[in-house]
Amino acid sequence: MKRYSAFAIAREGFRAHKGWDRAWTAPEPRKNYDVIIVGAGGHGLATAYYLGRNFGITNVAILEKGWLGGGNTGRNTTIIRSNYLQDPSAAIYEKARSLYETLSQDLNYNVMFSPRGLIMLAQTHHEVRGYQRTAHANKLQGVDTEWISPTRVKELCPIIELKGPRYPVLGGLYQERGGTARHDAVAWGYARACSAMGMDIIQNCEVTGIRTEAGRVRGVSTTKGEIDCQKLGIVVAGHSGVLAQMAGFRLPIESVALQALVSEPIKPCMDVVVMANTVHGYMSQSDKGEMVIGGGADGFNNYTQRGSFHHIEETVRSLIETFPMVSRLKMLRQWGGIVDMTGDRSPILSKTPVDNIFINCGWGTGGFKAIPGSGWGFAELMATGESALCEAFSLDRFRAGRFIDESVAAGVAH
Amino acid sequence: MLILTCPYCGVAADETELTPGGEAHLTREAPGSDDAAFEAYLFQRENPKGVHFERWRHSYGCGKWFHAARCTQTLQVYGTYPAQTSAPPQAICDKISGARPGWSWRLFG
Repeated sequence: MKRYSAFAIAREGFRAHKGWDRAWTAPEPRKNYDVIIVGAGGHGLATAYYLGRNFGITNVAILEKGWLGGGNTGRNTTIIRSNYLQDPSAAIYEKARSLYETLSQDLNYNVMFSPRGLIMLAQTHHEVRGYQRTAHANKLQGVDTEWISPTRVKELCPIIELKGPRYPVLGGLYQERGGTARHDAVAWGYARACSAMGMDIIQNCEVTGIRTEAGRVRGVSTTKGEIDCQKLGIVVAGHSGVLAQMAGFRLPIESVALQALVSEPIKPCMDVVVMANTVHGYMSQSDKGEMVIGGGADGFNNYTQRGSFHHIEETVRSLIETFPMVSRLKMLRQWGGIVDMTGDRSPILSKTPVDNIFINCGWGTGGFKAIPGSGWGFAELMATGESALCEAFSLDRFRAGRFIDESVAAGVAH
Repeated sequence: MLILTCPYCGVAADETELTPGGEAHLTREAPGSDDAAFEAYLFQRENPKGVHFERWRHSYGCGKWFHAARCTQTLQVYGTYPAQTSAPPQAICDKISGARPGWSWRLFG
């Protein structure tokens, strides 16, 4: 792999940019791998990358039924934060956020991490108490957040309307180190680094079955033939239930559509991310100038990547109250992704009832922010059989009643 | 917009008039059941990519709970029926079998 640098750009500039390599190779699958990861989204690619980097496991294939990063990695609102309430969540999301800070350097690929700051608005007295509690919890967890006054909110985000009328801004939970990153670049950067380590990223290769023998995984059947493996990692977000069914176990997960939308591009007007959870809307401005707006999730099972349009209407209607200028914007496009929701709104990074099959799912409405931490922990779990980051997120927590209840702290429309 | 016909009042209701209630025909486990059965009842779901039997409440109408058979892959609705049953009615199963030969209810026994 040729390193990207200012020098490389200058060098290529003198020879009509003909010397660039493909960022990743497009091999046909071999018969056998040590590890197969199903799903070449952010979490799958990050898992493969840390398997190679931290544990030297590079005989790895990453299988993707569509194109790389084309699922929820390409459909989110790119927000990165770690202001969670429960200790296990704070640990894994903060690990992810801290890895994001140096990810461009680690991967030699610009993921455009922008720690522009993030405010979660408190618009009811219940939220005021909730977020103050989170701010205290974050202090104990070593996560850098603070409770800020309405005046400070207005300073940070001048386009906001504090007075309501329905939901006045009473303060906010501010994470100065939160922000956004370029979602596609995160997938592309990990893919390039995986490919450089000799891993095979195989796109347009759908897994159609999982072969097991005596309670242990042997390999997978795919649209490109049979492939054997020692260990299998399932990292497929909304389709986790489908893969789990192939392996013969059920998950505490339901798949629903979550939507987002962007406006036409406008001049810079907002350099923080603002989440208004009471009214179910969150907004940031992309580098292109579009206002990126997160909407609500449907309440019914759905695999179509299309949500119900009334959620868009609700989201925009409620945002107009807090950001009156939104009423003058034209919306450019809207899309949906299939998210895997667990009962306690926390992810599952776990061994499964089948030996050597591991599952990383249940990130629900907020997986993008966790990609590096999720990959870091899940790679450790797959390589060594245990991981302090993943321990609390095991599949058996539902039977044991050890929930990691983030229904409130996850902070999006559920 | 998802439109379901309420089997009680006959209104073809928009989804904004309805409240989704999750998977239908779950066996309610009582105290004394084993942990695995109780976990399955509370948390584990079929979550099929295909035919899904689910509960809905006609919240802004007659207020009653009913069941619907719907495909999560195409959003096709195969029919709705009253909630006082522990299995999908034969007429609806036949309709689904016509549309999806080889289909069977419950992926997990």
